[in-house]
Amino acid sequence: MNLDSLYEEIILDHYRHPHHKGLRDPFDAEVHHVNPTCGDEVTLRVRVGGSNGQGVIEDVSYDTLGCAISQASVSVMADLVMGKPLDEATKAYDEFLSLMQSKGQLEPDEGVLEDAVAFAGVSKFPARIKCALLGWMAWKDATARALAARETPRTNEETA
Amino acid sequence: MTFSSPLDVERIRKDFPVLERVLPDGSPLVYLDSANTSQKPRQVIEAIADYYGQHNANVARAMHMLGQESTELFEGARDKIAAFIGAPSREEVVFTKNSSEALNLVANVLAWADQPHGLRPGDEVVITEMEHHSNIVPWQMVTQRTGATLRWLTVDDEGRLDLSQLDSIINERTKVVSLVHVSNALGTLNPVELVAERAHQVGALVVVDASQSVPQLPVDVSRLGADFVAFTGHKMCGPTGIGVLWGRYDLLASLPPFLGGGEMIEVVEMTGSTYAAPPHRFEAGTPPIAQAVGLGAAVDYLSAVGMDVVAAHEHAITAYALERLAEVDGVRVVGPSTAQQRGGAISLVVEGVHPHDVSQVLDSRGVAVRAGHHCARPVCQRFGVAATTRASFYLYTAPQEVDALIDGLHEVRRFFGVAS
Ligand SMILES: Cc1ncc(COP(=O)(O)O)c(C=O)c1O
Repeated sequence: MNLDSLYEEIILDHYRHPHHKGLRDPFDAEVHHVNPTCGDEVTLRVRVGGSNGQGVIEDVSYDTLGCAISQASVSVMADLVMGKPLDEATKAYDEFLSLMQSKGQLEPDEGVLEDAVAFAGVSKFPARIKCALLGWMAWKDATARALAARETPRTNEETA
Repeated sequence: MTFSSPLDVERIRKDFPVLERVLPDGSPLVYLDSANTSQKPRQVIEAIADYYGQHNANVARAMHMLGQESTELFEGARDKIAAFIGAPSREEVVFTKNSSEALNLVANVLAWADQPHGLRPGDEVVITEMEHHSNIVPWQMVTQRTGATLRWLTVDDEGRLDLSQLDSIINERTKVVSLVHVSNALGTLNPVELVAERAHQVGALVVVDASQSVPQLPVDVSRLGADFVAFTGHKMCGPTGIGVLWGRYDLLASLPPFLGGGEMIEVVEMTGSTYAAPPHRFEAGTPPIAQAVGLGAAVDYLSAVGMDVVAAHEHAITAYALERLAEVDGVRVVGPSTAQQRGGAISLVVEGVHPHDVSQVLDSRGVAVRAGHHCARPVCQRFGVAATTRASFYLYTAPQEVDALIDGLHEVRRFFGVAS
């Protein structure tokens, strides 16, 4: 298999210089996800802002232990979803998931995925799909929890 | 660097059809993942095909000609395996589906057993930090269920068992000591006899996970000091779906069954059942027949080569690999750094590159290794790594394949920009 189709330059860049890395306050939800087959781990925090029905992803911060693909993927994902309205971020998530399940058959939508299109090649390496998805799954989970927490009124908003 | 082995590797390799595979670019396949599962020689593949093609029938319960033939082949495999491991009696060889099932079997029947062996609150079970999850999780499950306590022998920086605590960790409360013979994650060969001696002093039973040792070394269960030994067919040239639990006959005969079903009973009444004698007591349902026949053929194959020769080759290739790995900057071996008291699985860390990425680059060059925690997460944590890259060898491993690994590791460092 051709290595360069997996390790695109953008991926290697994000791996060497990850964006938004390091856990930050304030946040609404924190999750810890692992890839049980290889032990890769991510701890990820989400801060959701915006008003009624118009959630906005204000911040995503994380700490990871893992391979180039999983590290780069979470970095690209944070770039992509931060500052986006919830529905747009969710659309990017859905698009990325389809891309990973496409076995290399899908032409990714660059308008939605931006730098994350670089991961198209990963879908041809079944063993690595979980690596690319680790951060996204954590984001999805953390965001769902953050939204659930919003349903119940916040009490200690700034100290969370 | 010199390499010398008593084995004619080129001749052995001709027996393994899969080793003839080449990559799309024509370069050879370099299979360095035998601790995960071994490749199969033609003799084993043919024995399985011949069984299905000529003799297939259920065992023990079919009275016809094919039923007799398949029963003879299945029970014949038991004889071969008993002889291969020096079992005093063929009745001590219980077929399971793999090592994991064998270890779950012992853990559960010991938990259920009457005194003196049954596990009760206050009793202790001792395992080690270098165990495979298959020899950790079953003991966690049964100790949690019974209220017994799980205790751990620790590992030193070289990847050897720390024996200084042996007498305190194994004490009069200890009911079972279960340990790996050769570690799949570190390669360490453990002094089972010594640990067993201490365990027996306090009346504890000794279980040995021999998943990596029976394939590589001459193992004689009558001299190991163990009460139970588990191993798995697919790591010793046999098929998947077959494993073995060897146990001392008097013990097996005193223990309750594991799974209930056909062939494990004596008489079934609506009010209750009585059970068959070992080994059948522990073999409920239609067993893995073709797989047992295949494992019998594997044992014939290994015996014809000679387990002492297999072990000498493993030692030579491991020593060669350790020496060559020491040449590569930024590569650290996790586990014993010399081939003494060591098996042929070498875990390594390439500084600055995750094992996944190491194995991906190696795979692009046809070199197959394993990356991950090798189902031994506690020992990875002990060494402060989430995962390692592991190269492992077998009787068909040639020194040129180690060279291909070394070249691949240089490429890994270049590709990820960690080479100076
Ligand atoms: C030391 C050790 N124990 C147990 C096992 C489990 O073997 P199986 O998966 O065949 O049950 C393995 C294989 O991975 C092993 O290396």
